[in-house]
Order: sequence, then C-alpha cells, then structure tokens
Amino acid sequence: MENNRGNKYSIRQRILSSKLTFTILSIIMGLLVGAIVLLIAGFNPVQAYRIMIDGVFSRTKYISYAIIYATPLIITGLSVTFAFRTGLFNIGAEGQYIIGALVATLIGYFLELPLVIHVIVVFLFAAIAAGLWGGIAGFLKAKFGVHEVIATIMLNWIALYLNNYLVMRPFLRRPESESSYDILDSASITILEKWKYSETGREWLSAHPYIKDFLSAPANLGFIIAILLAILVWYILNRTTLGYELRAVGFNKDAAEYGGIKVEKSIITSMMIAGALAGSAGALQVMGVTKNVIMLPVMEGYGFDGIAVALIGGTTAIGNIFSGLLFGALQYGGPKIQPPLGAPSEVVDIMIGTIVLFIAIPKLFKIIMNARKRGEKNAK
Amino acid sequence: MSNIDFNHKVVEMKNITKKFGDFTANDNINLTVHKGEVHALLGENGAGKTTLMNVLYGLYQPTSGEIYIREEKTSIEDPNVAIKKGIGMVHQHFMLVQPFTVAENIILGMETTRGISLDMKKAVEDVKKLSDKYGLYVDPNAKIQDISVGMQQRVEILKALYRGAEILILDEPTAVLTPQEIEDLIEIIRSLTEQGKTIIIITHKLKEIKMTSNYCTIIRRGKRIDTVKVSETSEDDLASKMVGREVNFKVVKKEREKGNTSIKIDNLVVKDNRGINAVDGLSLEINSGEILGLAGIDGNGQSELIEALNGLRYVDSGKIFMNGKDITNKSPKEVLDNNVAVIPEDRQKRGLVLDFSMAENMILENYHKEPFSKRGILSYNNIENFAKDLIKRFDVRPENEKIKAKALSGGNQQKVIIAREVTNDPDLLIASQPTRGLDVGAIEYVHNALVEQRDKGKAVFLVSLELDEIMNVSDRIAVIYEGKIVGIIDAKDADEKTLGLMMAGGGKDGE
Amino acid sequence: MLNDIGFIIGTSLMYAAPLLFTALGGVISENSGVVNIGLEGMMTIGAFIGAAVGYYVGNPWIAFIAAGLAGGIFALLHAIASVTFHADQVVSGIAINFLGPGVALFISRLLFNGSTMTKSLSFSAKMPRPLNGLFRSNSFSDIIFNQYATVYLAFILVFVMWYTLYKTKLGLRIRAVGEHPASADTLGVSVTKIRYFGVILSGILAGFGGAAMSIAVVSNFRPTLISGQGFIALAAVIFGKWKPQGAMWACLLFGAAQGLTVYLGGAGVINISSQLLAMLPYVLTLVVLVGFVGKSVAPAASGEAYEKGE
Repeated sequence: MENNRGNKYSIRQRILSSKLTFTILSIIMGLLVGAIVLLIAGFNPVQAYRIMIDGVFSRTKYISYAIIYATPLIITGLSVTFAFRTGLFNIGAEGQYIIGALVATLIGYFLELPLVIHVIVVFLFAAIAAGLWGGIAGFLKAKFGVHEVIATIMLNWIALYLNNYLVMRPFLRRPESESSYDILDSASITILEKWKYSETGREWLSAHPYIKDFLSAPANLGFIIAILLAILVWYILNRTTLGYELRAVGFNKDAAEYGGIKVEKSIITSMMIAGALAGSAGALQVMGVTKNVIMLPVMEGYGFDGIAVALIGGTTAIGNIFSGLLFGALQYGGPKIQPPLGAPSEVVDIMIGTIVLFIAIPKLFKIIMNARKRGEKNAK
Repeated sequence: MSNIDFNHKVVEMKNITKKFGDFTANDNINLTVHKGEVHALLGENGAGKTTLMNVLYGLYQPTSGEIYIREEKTSIEDPNVAIKKGIGMVHQHFMLVQPFTVAENIILGMETTRGISLDMKKAVEDVKKLSDKYGLYVDPNAKIQDISVGMQQRVEILKALYRGAEILILDEPTAVLTPQEIEDLIEIIRSLTEQGKTIIIITHKLKEIKMTSNYCTIIRRGKRIDTVKVSETSEDDLASKMVGREVNFKVVKKEREKGNTSIKIDNLVVKDNRGINAVDGLSLEINSGEILGLAGIDGNGQSELIEALNGLRYVDSGKIFMNGKDITNKSPKEVLDNNVAVIPEDRQKRGLVLDFSMAENMILENYHKEPFSKRGILSYNNIENFAKDLIKRFDVRPENEKIKAKALSGGNQQKVIIAREVTNDPDLLIASQPTRGLDVGAIEYVHNALVEQRDKGKAVFLVSLELDEIMNVSDRIAVIYEGKIVGIIDAKDADEKTLGLMMAGGGKDGE
Repeated sequence: MLNDIGFIIGTSLMYAAPLLFTALGGVISENSGVVNIGLEGMMTIGAFIGAAVGYYVGNPWIAFIAAGLAGGIFALLHAIASVTFHADQVVSGIAINFLGPGVALFISRLLFNGSTMTKSLSFSAKMPRPLNGLFRSNSFSDIIFNQYATVYLAFILVFVMWYTLYKTKLGLRIRAVGEHPASADTLGVSVTKIRYFGVILSGILAGFGGAAMSIAVVSNFRPTLISGQGFIALAAVIFGKWKPQGAMWACLLFGAAQGLTVYLGGAGVINISSQLLAMLPYVLTLVVLVGFVGKSVAPAASGEAYEKGE
C-alpha cells in the first residue's frame, strides 16, 4: 500500500518535473496574462481568443497562412538552437536571414537554370553565403575573443544596410519601387503557382473548394524543408561525431580540448552551420513567398523571433517545429482581433514575452509544486 | 600549554539537524566548545562538517536544533548575526574578491567612510594595526590576485578579526599550504588562543589535528560519532572512527623492476597565462615500471608542466620524448596516440563533460574511432556496450551508463576518468592530483589503480600537493620548485622535513 | 567649415546621450552581476511612456521621470526572474525585449486611436535647452553646446556613476557582489538587495535613455524609434570594459558615427550611398573590438545566479 503510493508519486513527479510540462505551463501562463491584459484594457478575452482561433483554423487558407508564417521562424529557431547547443548565443540569425534572402534574390534573378536545379542552386548559395556571414562571428570569437553577442549584433546592422544598399542599386532595383526585381519562376517553390491560375487549374480547384482555399495563400515547399532541416539538425547534433564535438565544446570547452577536439574550429563550424540555417530561412521565404527583397527600414524580426521560438521549443530541434507553429499561429491569428474588437494586436507580443519569461524560471513552478506537496503531506 | 577555560562554553550546538530535500546532511549533532579551545571537526568529504559550520555561521538554517553562544540561546539567521556574536569563518575556498586590494576585502561590509565616500586611508591603517597585533603580516594595498595562497589565508583570518571575531572557524585550512606555511599557521593559531580566541578547525587530516587541537569531534555520514581528547587518542583510532572501519594508509606494492626510459623531458620551458616562465628549464626522466611522484607547492609550474605534456600548452623551448619519439608541441590527440594518458587535475573542468552521459564521457578521446563511430556517424549501441563493460570492470556506481556525469559522486567521476584513461592502455599514465576531494575508500581505489599500472610495467607520473600521498605511492620522488626539478630522491629515503625544505627551494641536503 | 565640424560634434553629442543613459544602466547591472540584454525593451517602454506622458501632462521632467519609472518596472520583472528565481539572465532579458515594445504599442493603440505613433509634443513639453540664448545663434559654440538638458545630464551621470562605483561603500559592495557574491554574502552584504538595486537602476536609466530619444532628439514615439539602440548600448558596455567612463567613450563613438552620417547624408558632401555610411559605425566597432579590446574581462560572476549551496 505504502509502496504503491510511492510509485504513483514518482510517476506523477516525473511528469511534473519534465521540461515539456514547464513549457506547457509557461504557454498557459502566457495565454492567461494575455487574457488579463485584454480584460484590463476593456476587451472580452474569450471573444478575442475565439477570433484568433477562428482566424487560424476556420478556413484552410488560414491554416495555410499560419504555416507560411511559421516556416521561417522554425528555421531561424533551428539556427539559434544549433548555436545554443554548442554553447553559443546566436543573436545574429536576423542578419544571416537577410544575407540568405539577399543572395537568394541575386541568384534567383540573375542566373538562368532549369527548373529544379535552379531552386537547389539558389538554396545552396544562400545557405553558404549566410553560413560564411555567421562564420565571421565565429571566427572573431575563436581568434580574437570578441563576444559573439556583440559581433552578431553588429553584423545584423551591417547586413541590413548591405541589403538596402544593393536593393537600391539600378541593376537590382525594380524602377519606381523600394524593392528588387522578382526571382525567375524557375527558382520558385510555391506549390502549383502557375497551374492554380491556369484554366485547368481553376476548373479543378473550383470543384475542390478546400484545396482551392489552401492554395489561395502562397503555400510552398518551405514547411516541408523546415521539417527536413529540423530532422537534419537533430541528427547532426545527436548522431554524428561532429555533433558530439560541438556539444562537448558547448558544455565544457576545457574538457573538449583535453579530449583532442579543436575548440576554435568547432566554434567557427557551429556559427557557420547556424548561419547557413538562418540563411536558408531567408532563401525559402524569397523562393516561396516574397519573390524579392525590399529596402528594410528596420529589422524584420525573423531572427529575434527565432530566439523566442528556440527557447519555447526547449532548444531541441523537434521542439522548434511546434513552437514555430505556435508562433506562426499567434502572429497570423493575433492581428485579426484588431478590426472587429479594436483590441491591439500587440497582445501577442505580450503573450510571447510572458511565455519566454516563464520559460526562464522553471524554479518558480518547482517552488509552487514543492509547496503543494508539502501542503498535501501536512494534510495527511 | 592549554589555554582552555572550562568555565565558559562559548559554543553549544544542540541536536542540530539539517536536511536538503530528502538528504540529511546533519543528523542530530551535538557540539560543545570552550573558550580558548582548539576543537577539530573530523570527517570525510561530504560527512557534513562544513554544513554544520555553515549552520553556525548563519549561512544555513538548521531544520531543527538549538544553538547557544556564550550560554545564551541564539538564532543565527544570517552571517550578520554570526558576525555580531563574534563568530568568524575562513572558508576552504577563500571568499576573496580577486581584483580588490587586501584592505578592500577586509573592510567589505563594514566599510570605513568619510561622508559618503570610502575612507581607504583609515582602512589601510586599521588593517596594519590589526596585523601587527596578531602577527599576521600582509600588505594592505596589494591586490588579492597578486599574493600567495598563504597570504590570502591571512587576509581571511584578518577579515574575521576585523569584525571582532572571538570564535574562528577554519575550514580545511592547510589544504593549500606548504609545510612551512602550515607551521606558520599553527603558530598563528597558538597566538590567537593565547589571546583568548576559540578556534574550530574542519579537517580530514589526522596529523593536523594532533598538531593543533585539544579536542576532536568525529562526524560520519552526518552523525556525530564521538568527541575525544586529542592527546589521549591515536591517529589510528581517529582514522577508524572517521571511516567506520580499520584503514591502512600504507600502499602495498611489490618491489619494482627497473625499466627503460619511458618519457624524457629535456630542459623544458613553458609560459603561464601571464606570459611568465612557469616551467623554467625542467628536465626529468620517468622509467617504465615505476611511479615517479612530483612533490611541490601549488603554483610552482606543475599545472603548466602537465598541460605541456598533454599538448594543451605551448612549449617555448626544450623537448619531450616519449619512447624515444619527439612529442613536443603535439596536439592532445597525437600525444594520446603516442601512448600517454592523462588524469587531469581538475576532473570537473578538464576531465569530464558534466552534461554528457557517463557513456559519452568514456569515449571522449576515442569518439572518432571505430567501433564508436564510422564515417562520422556515432554508434550508440557500441558506445553503450563499451560503457557497460567499463562500469562493471571499474565498479562505477550507479551502474547506468545513461546517467549524466554531474550526477555522480566525486569518487565515481574519478573512476570514469581512470577507466577511460587506463583502457587506452598507455605506456605512461600521468595522474595530476588524482585523489583531491575523494573519500578514503576512493583514495585507496585510485592508489591501487596507479600501482596496478606500474606493476604491469608501465610508467606512472603522479603529481600531487599532498606530501603523504607522494611519499606513500611513489617509487622515486622529484621535487619541483619555481619550474625546475630541485632534486630527486628515492621514496624509501624520503622524509617530510627534507622534502618540505626542498619544496621551499632549500635544495637537497640543504644546498 | 568650422560650423560643419560644430554640426558634426553637436549631432554626435545629441545622439550619444540616449545611448549613454542606457549604457550606464548596463554598466551598473553587469557590475552587480546581472546581464541585462533587456535594455532594448526597457528603453522602448521608456521612450513610449516619456512621449505619452509628455503629450498628456505637458511637462518634460514629469515625462522623463515617468519614463524612468516605466523602465524600472520592467527591470523589476527582470530582477524577480533572474535574482529571486535564478532565471537564465539572457532568456529573461529576451522576454523583456518582447514585453517592452509589446506593452508600449498596446497602450499606444489604446490611447492614440489605434495608432502606434504618439502625437507630437508641443514645444513646451519638449526637453528644454538650458543654455539656449547663451551663445550667438548659429555660432560654433551654439551649435555644439546648445544641447538638450538630457545631454548634460547624461554626462553628469557618467561622473556620478564612476564616483559611486569606485569611491563609495555602495560601489564597493556592488562590485564585490558582481565579482564574488559568496564573499559578499559571508560578510553580511545582501546579494539579493544589491542585485535588485543594480537591475532596477539599470531599467530606470534605460527608461531615461528612451525618453532622451522620444522627448528630446525627436518629439514623439513610433515603433521604429528605438529599434536596436538598446543593443548598441549593450555593445558599448562591453566595448567600454564594463566601466562608466569606457562606456562613455564607446557611446561617443557610436554617436559620432551617427552624427557623421547625418551630416554627410544631409550635406551631400561626398557621394557615398547613405546606406554604406550607415553601415560604418558597426563595421568600425567590429574593427575596434578585434584591434584593441581583445580579452576584456567581465565582472567574474556576471550572468550567474547566486545560490547558497542548496
């Protein structure tokens, strides 16, 4: 009898102390705080949340959009996660994303290649360029001891202005606009882009309204690639000697060095891979959604959001997929409360901030649970 | 001789219990200390001595029990209360702010001020006065990072005295001191008790207790075992009370067979992090089939020497030959490939990736080799089978290769490292401070492992700050001073006094 | 020509001030042992509250103080998380960077008819120029020294911060807590109190920094006003080796780069794209970091939660 109780407790305790549980509790706290903020501001939170949920799930088009919003965030999240797992803090996903998008546009517009090959070439060039960009921060850290946080913050701004400089050059700027020319169709990864507007396509789609609705958003292959990248990141980190080396350096570089691992090289490699990931997010966005790059007045935030996505995803590759989807849904569904209710869509940022804040303090939940446990004991 | 005033109970701890979660660190402990007494708390690492003193100093609150200071019931909520009650504590790991000066460290928390500003002039004068009074000479304007460990300890004692401490707790005070510095400390302790101070020493060294203390309370696994009068108790009695069984500190080993030269170090020069020659023209040969012990005071170039041998630190000049092959300035990987294995001095910093599993740690140097990986892909199956085997052979507990290294006890962490290094089957095993912080059982285990290597005809290079360990385990003893070998003697002929002199730069036979 | 130089110096000082407030906040927080990556968020909320209060109340000083308080409240969140609950300080700071702008824009939309931009301040609600009229209008001295009060205040605070950190009891304790909290703790100095003090003060200063932007350099708040300046201030802290005077030089450099950009962009003196010019300060920072900062040393315990052995 006594023993049984003990067992039951231990299973319950294991569930309660797992990382996933803290994450879910944090998300609940975020939703709760969001509701309270709305309530204080005089809005009906139930109504607001219903609008958000409907705004994401009530039509296949909405779902399609939420996924499109989520795709780059999953990948920049992977970038942050990869660096994080190797002991580096990649604030530079933002700039690496910009470089990836920029190079994708250049290659997608200037190079003329056959259908599938063009996509692959664009993707590779963008990833490599952004990888080198990320590698700069790794190099500066490894060789000169410059903190990667500072280096990547600087590189973000340099990337932004580099983008703006090139977009405004005559060879790339679409006249009378603040954006570049579009990439060639051969470099597009939008699903059935031509077909869906063709005669046969229209005919077929009107017979299948759900698919038609889904495709009315720029649905593209990006999400599938994001999932493949997540699996790849998981595999590299956990199943390869490279991942072993990088994780060893991340956890304890002195021990890694003693074990014969080249620490400086690992730091550079890790930042290059992180950069390549963030760059592929930019490339996929260009190839699948925007088709061009624009003059950026400020940071778009894909990289910074990626940090939050990575943290909410527990800095695991697979967790990123789910937290990225959550993010995409919030960012797509959130603004929909504005027109009908007049409620500020920034409640979404408050929710995200709250979730991240609670993710940072698992100790709070532990204290609460311990207090409850003690309470139960006393009640006995 | 004794300065004890039995009419005054200065400290009385009654039925102290301290729990951390489910773990009971102190279990119903009683302790009484009189004025002018030197009272030793003896116990192995993790027995609960320091926890008990942290309770007395207000760093921890007891789960239950009462504390009386000068026969008055006192609740010590935090160090401020302890300080007010005249209690001072010198922690094992010094609580000194490295970039601050001696005077700044001493006045912190009780600053001398003039208006809104600090009055450093007065602080320096106060410190000077205090150090004159107790014979604890320090330079008040020196920065902590620039002074020796012995000096730092004086600063710690002065910190307590500056706060008017009448009761002084010293946590493992000799762990980092040279034999000569230990003598100085004993002198300081004597002069303090003469001036009516009471001293509690936390230690696991028996000899020290015999030299310093009047009474000794033995603690084992959180429980008080006994309180004895030191002059009436033998070291062996103390030891068996501490460990709970008979212990034999002597390492048993067969006569050695003299072998060939394993490693030859020739006129080696290695710089430390500040760019100063830490190893300064050092030459040494170690033969297979022997344990060569390197004795020396901390900071005389041992760490830099080991790092250079390991391939972790650049050799400025000189050569290292292993089995006749030049391995100077080779990478750690290449050093290992030349059959040199190293048990690093800081197992948590260098030896283990604490967040890796036991299995992952056991392949730290061989992850890139078959059968652990093939073409860059790890085989966790093979890795875990390998780990399971080592865990059995080296008796690591718990027997779970998936558990993270940080969840292991110090002794078991060291076993993981030894297992890994020994299975590389090295011709030379370098062991740097291999028993630091381990309990008696684990120390015996490590010593036996070293002797086993030697008996297999391998060379063993033992670097330790514990002179007893060096003298017990080694066949020959080399002494390092300021980056040079100042003498090599046969362990059979070694005595503590000669070695102590050599370690202080005195040279062999007082040259 | 002389006036051109004056213009560059004057603009540099004006742009340096908001960074300087915020960087000083970073200095105090990091010296007490808490990394504050949330400066950006604290600066943003400060900028908004400053502009909003300035608009409604019409008094720049009340607006300025309100901005400081707003920054302080967000810093309090950071302190609770990272000091009391031993949060990962970087993660907690990231959260603040979502919360600060989120709350700012949320309230802005409520107060200003759904707009994320506050209405422009009237002249009397703007930060005054205390030395206005002292110099001949448009003279060299006038261009340099006829600055907003916040500019002077920022530089005075550098001295105050330096004196506090290195010459007072409080400063000794703050630095001790940042270097070796256990040492301070065993001497009865409360690590928790000192760190709360450091973090909250850093939020107040970052709030001031935001307001120095929104009620002095410009006259309203908009979502892009701060965008990244908090991070630049953070870079200045590291650049300046965690010292107030060092951070000041770093902020002057960033300010100067901005001043130069404004000047060259406006005057069209040299035909370089303004985008490349804007890039310059960041490239320069990287070069300088590689060149002579090398291995600067942060306060030893910065970024680590202090736990009493339990």
